[in-house]
Amino acid sequence: MADKDQKEKKFSRRDFLKTTGAATGGIIGGSLLGGSIGMNFGSDMSTEEEESQQTGESGGEESGGTENPGRIFFHNDADFETISQAMERIFPEDDHGPGAIKLGVPYFLDMQLAGAYGNNSKEYMQGPFREGEATQGYQSRLTRAELFTIGIEALNSESQNDYDNGFADLEDDQKDEILTKFEGGDADFGIPRAAGKPEDFFGLLRSATLQGAYADPMYRGNRGMEGWKMKGFPGHQHAYIQQIDTDSFQEIEPQSLYGGK
Amino acid sequence: MVTELDKVDVVTVGVGWTGGIIAAEAAKAGLKVMGLERGHERGTDDYQNVHDEYKYAIRYELMQDMSKETITFRNTRDQRALPMREMGSFLLGDNLGGAGTHWNGQTWRFLPYDFEIRSMTEERYGAEKLKDDEGYRIQDWGITYDELEPYFDKFEKTAGISGEPNPLGGDRSDDYPTPPMIKTRSLKMFEDAANSLGYSPIMMPSANLSEAFENPDGQTIQACQYCAFCERFGCEYGAKSSPEVTVIPAARDTGNFEVRPHSNVVEVMKDDDDDSKVTGVRFIDTRSGEEFIQPADVVVLTSYLFNNYKLLRVSEIGEQYDPETEEGTLGRNYCYQVFGGAVGFFDEQFNTFMGAGALGMAFDDFNGDNYDHSDLDFLHGGNMAITQTGARPIATNTTREGTPSWGARFKKESIENYTRTLRVQAQCATLPHRDNYLDLDEEYTDAYDVPLVQLTYNFTDQDRNVQGYTIDRAAEVVEEMGAGEVKKDTVVEDYDIVPYQSTHNTGGTIMGDDPETSVVNNYLQHWDRDNLFVVGAGNFAHNGGYNPTATVGALAYRCAEGVIEYAEDNRRLE
Ligand SMILES: Cc1cc2nc3c(=O)[nH]c(=O)nc-3n(C[C@H](O)[C@H](O)[C@H](O)COP(=O)(O)OP(=O)(O)OC[C@H]3O[C@@H](n4cnc5c(N)ncnc54)[C@H](O)[C@@H]3O)c2cc1C
Ligand code: SF4
Repeated sequence: MADKDQKEKKFSRRDFLKTTGAATGGIIGGSLLGGSIGMNFGSDMSTEEEESQQTGESGGEESGGTENPGRIFFHNDADFETISQAMERIFPEDDHGPGAIKLGVPYFLDMQLAGAYGNNSKEYMQGPFREGEATQGYQSRLTRAELFTIGIEALNSESQNDYDNGFADLEDDQKDEILTKFEGGDADFGIPRAAGKPEDFFGLLRSATLQGAYADPMYRGNRGMEGWKMKGFPGHQHAYIQQIDTDSFQEIEPQSLYGGK
Repeated sequence: MVTELDKVDVVTVGVGWTGGIIAAEAAKAGLKVMGLERGHERGTDDYQNVHDEYKYAIRYELMQDMSKETITFRNTRDQRALPMREMGSFLLGDNLGGAGTHWNGQTWRFLPYDFEIRSMTEERYGAEKLKDDEGYRIQDWGITYDELEPYFDKFEKTAGISGEPNPLGGDRSDDYPTPPMIKTRSLKMFEDAANSLGYSPIMMPSANLSEAFENPDGQTIQACQYCAFCERFGCEYGAKSSPEVTVIPAARDTGNFEVRPHSNVVEVMKDDDDDSKVTGVRFIDTRSGEEFIQPADVVVLTSYLFNNYKLLRVSEIGEQYDPETEEGTLGRNYCYQVFGGAVGFFDEQFNTFMGAGALGMAFDDFNGDNYDHSDLDFLHGGNMAITQTGARPIATNTTREGTPSWGARFKKESIENYTRTLRVQAQCATLPHRDNYLDLDEEYTDAYDVPLVQLTYNFTDQDRNVQGYTIDRAAEVVEEMGAGEVKKDTVVEDYDIVPYQSTHNTGGTIMGDDPETSVVNNYLQHWDRDNLFVVGAGNFAHNGGYNPTATVGALAYRCAEGVIEYAEDNRRLE
């Protein structure tokens, strides 16, 4: 956990964007936020990780250990920035440790949206599609990837509407206001409710953020297993048979499934 | 083009616990058995890298592919049923072993009261207590606990169950084959609290074995390593009793059993000239798309209750239940479960991330009719338990009342509470109501053009009342355990198919002693077709206050006996 001194020393991500002028322009990209800048947003990474960041681009390295593993789904930098900022509000950096962005959660989402999750490969997607009761669950014809794409557009249009600004450029409390509207189903999603609902998008945004924060780092989130460290989850351990009967609380160094970080 | 295969003695549709048990017993008796399984082969070697919460617990790697088949659902008849597009409320099994691969292994016998619930309730409280006039359809099962006891014993020995006697359960002919699991700090706290409140806590009977065990079929189940990735996962140690490490190899060892994977059964075949029998099943090879007929002397449906129901219905065997007239039996008495629980917040940190699927303690003081219901506005109850199954971080985010579900406060609380909360809950019975039933959907179909099953289900006042009562009892236990703060569950309103609740669906193909009110007799033999057996939790006339599989396993052993006897003399079983 970051102590107070370290916290004050380090730039907040927003400050960084402001200083570089990036916050107001449209040029925010993965590369700028990524390892090539050599900017360390964190205070609690191991030396090894800091080094690998400073040496910059790292095509061949394990994705979890680098700031920018590249993107598969989000080709548009501004879209990626919007969803990254939204995820950070769901799971913000705080005294406990890093938030969604530093954990690489947006990169987790990026890979998921490009695959079976985004394409609803294991979901029943035969029509007819009709709006149902809440107890009947997801009934949209849209895949998760489509819902996220519409959701990002809607986050920005809603922000323009309320604050004359893109979502990523809002103050934190403004971002929260906007997200709360999505959560409550009050945002304008630009399509009929039968086709897709803002609260469904919000639900996915929330669950994907938690999944990315705590999934094994091979999925590109939970960088440095920092999500697990915050929570006290030891990840993949072969067995607890040696400790299961101890009455005292056990702190165990986490381990990932295939040894990646 | 349909290819007709060589006839076998017995065909099972699906190879999970029920299919595996039928196969092992029939094959040991010398019958040639074919197990048609829609999914693929799998076993312990497939679980060497299974400690991946996201893949297995969140994305349901081991379970049914919903793009191929699901059900439709509505709460009430005036709503339009819509497909359950993603899995949620329950997790349907698929592939060799079925849900038995990724179950927890909490292995309880239903109570004597469950099997004779109508007679015993009437005797003790009078007929009004059954609330027939309010639409409840409580009925006896056509079998008693004592009749089923030998089969319970058999299932427990096959699975090597680890446990200790339950002073509030039915009589046992023998002890559990292996001793109980290890008692952890939180279990001991529960035990002390329960004792001081005057209850009778015991270690949960577990299919995660406390020690290695060779079962009567000669199959060895290993000792549980408390790896904490158990329910929703396969066991990499072969230490969780599952069909793949017990009945399936036992069946294969006889040389009389063959599994044909990738074989999705779509119909039970009949002979136009003989309406007392069936002739086999029709299936589709899911990889080649080819169609086959598998003729068999005996057909056993072991495909879980939804598809057992569906195959009967699409094959026009038996009469569909009509909630309006209450005529017909196929589809009636669908039940589920409600949970009455409370979470305690502690300062102390517990090793919540360690555990095993069936590591827990429980008491039955508020289960069945173990307590007086004279002044209560409901019947039955549930098994009250604490478990330590291995809390994982994506799914475990406990917060206090009124905390937002995201943002800074959510993050802080969900992190701090991860190791500082313990939950106690009763798993409550739900009782049948005339409005809750299975039907066939008229609009949506599966990947093989067969209609989906349509579920009409809602919780009843009985469910809400039993839940409300057990919530309060659970809260008292948590408080007695020393919690600084207690958060009680809220009572359910409408049944919601989205959040996971339990894979304890029951009914639809219920057993009984009267063809007017049941689908199969107490050997699970179909009332209309002598050589057709239907087995699973679909046979339950109501759902009890426990997990179902010990009772399902006992019924499957009973059924196997019927199948073998039928194969000998081709008669109805009595
Ligand atoms: C996460 C989880 C935890 C659980 N924990 C517990 C517990 O602790 N205690 C307990 O008692 N119970 C538990 N259960 C329930 C338990 O797993 C089931 O009761 C049991 O496995 C059911 O066995 P079955 O043979 O009836 O059905 P299944 O295991 O579902 O087997 C049915 C088989 O049939 C196949 N099939 C289906 N349709 C077709 C078709 N048309 N053609 C060919 N094959 C078909 C399926 O692929 C499957 O392999 C749990 C379930 C889940 C999902
Ligand atoms: S907890 Fe035990 S039985 Fe369950 S998967 Fe792990 S080792 Fe196997």
